[in-house]
Amino acid sequence: MAAAAGSRGAVAPPLRIAVASGKGGTGKTTVASSLALSLAQGEPGLPPPPPPYFLDCDVEGPNAHLFLKPDLRRRRDVLTSIPHVDAAKCSGCGKCAEVCQYHAIAVLGKKTLVFSQLCHGCGSCTLVCPEGAITEEPRVTGVLEAGRAAGGIPFARGVLDVGEPMATPAIRQLKKWAIPAPGPAGAVVILDAPPGTSCPVVEAARGCDYLLLVTEPTPFGLHDLRLAAEVAAELGMPAGVIINRDGIGDAGVDAFCAQAGLPVLMRIPFERTIAEGVAQGQTLVEIHPEYAPRFRALVATVLEQVGSQPMTSSPSGAEPVRRGRARP
Amino acid sequence: MKLIVTATAPDIDAAVDPRFGRGAYFIEIDTETGQWHAHENQAVNASGGAGSQAAQAVVRQGAGAVVSGDFGPNAHLVLAAADVRMYLLGTSKTPREAAAALAAGSLPEVSGPTSPGHHGGRGGQ
Repeated sequence: MAAAAGSRGAVAPPLRIAVASGKGGTGKTTVASSLALSLAQGEPGLPPPPPPYFLDCDVEGPNAHLFLKPDLRRRRDVLTSIPHVDAAKCSGCGKCAEVCQYHAIAVLGKKTLVFSQLCHGCGSCTLVCPEGAITEEPRVTGVLEAGRAAGGIPFARGVLDVGEPMATPAIRQLKKWAIPAPGPAGAVVILDAPPGTSCPVVEAARGCDYLLLVTEPTPFGLHDLRLAAEVAAELGMPAGVIINRDGIGDAGVDAFCAQAGLPVLMRIPFERTIAEGVAQGQTLVEIHPEYAPRFRALVATVLEQVGSQPMTSSPSGAEPVRRGRARP
Repeated sequence: MKLIVTATAPDIDAAVDPRFGRGAYFIEIDTETGQWHAHENQAVNASGGAGSQAAQAVVRQGAGAVVSGDFGPNAHLVLAAADVRMYLLGTSKTPREAAAALAAGSLPEVSGPTSPGHHGGRGGQ
């Protein structure tokens, strides 16, 4: 059943909004950080709500800390399990290499080679080895960090080690570590997704309630928005669009949104003062405070849209049935 | 000995392919008889691990040596483990030229990976 705006009980899973874009540099982090600060402010005249949680899921190039300025005190390693083959026990049967979807094992005669950077840590090789020759060893591929940010926002991010190709385990572990369990109704989690539309984005968006797509009204923006909208459809997630740098480019994005039934939730004009502020580490709501109530209204719209659509993921936060593609 | 040269088309006189893992064709040449066969590289569209898969295919074909323009770390690991010798193309423009140059002893042999790895073209993200 969908978690509807009106039916979120006393204890409810948090509303999880993933901010994605397809094209890089469209303003995901500008939107995500402004959204978080706007919610943390609360409505004037009312007691401040609990601040939203913020997860920077762009583990290959996290940058939300530049805007939300967290005090990162807690740390944890990102660990993946890679197989270790006991050459004395290995018969060279090759079953481990056959079962591996990521081609991380090669068997040549009696030599079994493991390519640790291709390994996703799924454990299949360990399961199928008839000789019990495989054990799993932890390998550190990055770090998770957390602390309080501006506005009291609980902030967490993943940072993949330089040279590591596999972002998905870091994102999966970040979400497990930093997304709160069901609690008092009204909690919101904002996930700043990586650019692109491949596995890291799917991993960030999986299990979320809503995909907020930030785009720019240019042919490039439109090209990647189409792909990002397909990801939302594939994951069975309701989605909406924020058009950043409104006023440049052409009407293609608007036409696509109308045709695809994607609501345009906000337009942020192409404006020098915004660019200057962002370049100095300011969020949109610090540059133009009048955006804060607009972002809060946007979340109310999102809640309505989430409540009116059946979801593939259960409200308890269980993972949707469909998994990300095999590509990292 | 079986020699494999990477090529852009299934012909011994086609242009060489400077890539190993994502090279289009493997031209298999019998260095004693000069007979040759072309094999499609099945790993060419692999989403990741193309080098190690292509190298395993070469090992299965029983090759004793490979000539290509570039061997990444995974391909190198597999080929070295299977005692397949690796040579760079040098100035050879076709597999036929590469085979002749190898016979003349004028191709540089590779002792380590010649590139830091490509990881499924992630640079395009």
